[in-house]
Amino acid sequence: MDLNRLTRLSEYAWRIEPVDAMRAPVIIYADEALIRAMDEKVREQAANVARLPGIVGACYAMPDAHWGYGFPIGGVAAFDAERDGVVSAGGVGFDISCGVRTLYTGLKRDEVDPLKRELADALYATVPVGVGSRGRIRLDHRQMDEMLAGGAEWAVRQGYGHPRDLERIEERGRMAGAKPEAVSPQAKERQRAEMGTLGSGNHYLEVQEVSEIYAPAVAESFGLARGDVVVTIHCGSRGLGHQIGTDFLKRMQTAATQYGIALPDRELACAPIESPVGREYLGAMRAAINCALANRQIITHLAREVFAELLPKARLDLLYDVSHNTCKVEEHLIEGRKKRVYVHRKGATRAFGPDHPELPDVFRGVGQPVLIGGSMGTASYILAGSPAGEALSFASACHGAGRAMSRHQAARTWGGREVVDELAARGIIVRSPSWRGVAEEAPGAYKDVRAVVEAADRVGLARLVAKVSPMACIKG
Amino acid sequence: MSAEISPAKPSRNTPRWEHFPHEADMGVRGYGATLEEAFAQAALALTAAICDPAGIRMTTPVEIRCEAPDRETLLVDWLNALVYEMAVRRMVFGRFDLCIDGTALRATARGEPIERERHRPAVEVKGATYTELKVFRDESGAWIAQCVVDV
Repeated sequence: MDLNRLTRLSEYAWRIEPVDAMRAPVIIYADEALIRAMDEKVREQAANVARLPGIVGACYAMPDAHWGYGFPIGGVAAFDAERDGVVSAGGVGFDISCGVRTLYTGLKRDEVDPLKRELADALYATVPVGVGSRGRIRLDHRQMDEMLAGGAEWAVRQGYGHPRDLERIEERGRMAGAKPEAVSPQAKERQRAEMGTLGSGNHYLEVQEVSEIYAPAVAESFGLARGDVVVTIHCGSRGLGHQIGTDFLKRMQTAATQYGIALPDRELACAPIESPVGREYLGAMRAAINCALANRQIITHLAREVFAELLPKARLDLLYDVSHNTCKVEEHLIEGRKKRVYVHRKGATRAFGPDHPELPDVFRGVGQPVLIGGSMGTASYILAGSPAGEALSFASACHGAGRAMSRHQAARTWGGREVVDELAARGIIVRSPSWRGVAEEAPGAYKDVRAVVEAADRVGLARLVAKVSPMACIKG
Repeated sequence: MSAEISPAKPSRNTPRWEHFPHEADMGVRGYGATLEEAFAQAALALTAAICDPAGIRMTTPVEIRCEAPDRETLLVDWLNALVYEMAVRRMVFGRFDLCIDGTALRATARGEPIERERHRPAVEVKGATYTELKVFRDESGAWIAQCVVDV
């Protein structure tokens, strides 16, 4: 990105003044190296978002921001319904409520290491992964609607996990305000065989070791110590969310014209929050959040089955479950007073700081765990919501590494087998149904996630707590 | 710009497809002497994002219809209809016969149920997007239909 077009606010913050039709400034959080490497499209897209009606504060871009559809990935924007604010299907994306869940195992690395290969094989055999895989569960119409209204709470009622899991999930496992009736029959049909499946692309299930601790007191309150083995699941709302994205992207094109909203980019399709389409989207999108929460809950149950068989001492309790593609109604400080606004986070993680009323008691003192997934074979990071995040970004942080190279280029640069062998030589077991899929997700195709989380930590979006390194990775 | 090009003569009017890069995802582009050919080739590029189209047997026909206010939206709807059929039928398609009348499209997509061992699918496509969406005729008269797909 051309630095001449930005005003530098600090070592880690950059601003684009509102010009022309922009209703708010853009603020990008990144160090100089990250911002130089960032695509010009991020600036363009963030400036386009700042033109949408009812935007409040600024359009924010996280340190991992990259070129998305309409909204940049790593973009955060909040809209006020009382100022004709909008909700945008493109501002949430296709993979609604894609997110990360980390589970403790209660085991140390040396207890898991001897069984690592068997564990990877068993997880790969048990968790449906990749294109064309099917879950064990089939839902009829009534059950589908119950799942869409109930989320992880529904999954627990069906016997997938424990009620205590819910406390450690955003929205306590169930997104309120879901409207299963606003979800198209096509979206439901697409989900019929996909409950409890991981998907493909950048989704994974990893067995990881806590390899570094940066903030010992916070790590202790999160229950993390060096050498601990954890399990992390990264996936979303599967076919249902993708179809809702497709359905409403189209409907919102028409709605935007109908309500006289000038779209600088068709992908920014949106509708007033207080319009029939806007309300329907919110109801459908919340149902997709529940689908994602139920999906991660079922996969958790499958992982527990595998561990019970191979490592019966393990107890897979939740650290936390976060989503990074959502629009949520939250109370934030807008121009000096508290207001409920519609916060879009597309490829950005909510990062509530200490004492936030929506956090479970266990995290009130330190802020919520912010789970940042690395790419396959690279480290992931656990951060904690900081008190500064509220004023900086409506309490939002980054979500991952972000691609540095297209899939096509990655597949031309590496072979899947070569990537798997290289990772195996470093002690990381990869199981995947597709060599090309593995090549496209090669570690070198992603930006350095460490630079991303360090920038987030330095600017105060969230505080670095721990690094986790992969031992085994199940990849779609 | 690097691009993966289908094995066909690179004349503008010859039906063929290619992928073009997008930072996080992938663009699909079809060329043809007619709009129908360009749409069919864009669909082949969509298939090629998932697996090698050459390995697909054309055993099962699936009828597809869409209607949209303009050609660009019709392309997105067409590709999304294929994404939907692939997802719910667990199929991959290797041949497409289309008829476009104004902004109404009727098509038969031919393919077979996906077999993971044989087709080796790499990624699933979540949906076609309006990003880099273009349907136009170039100076040589060839039709070009393209957009980015989310994978």
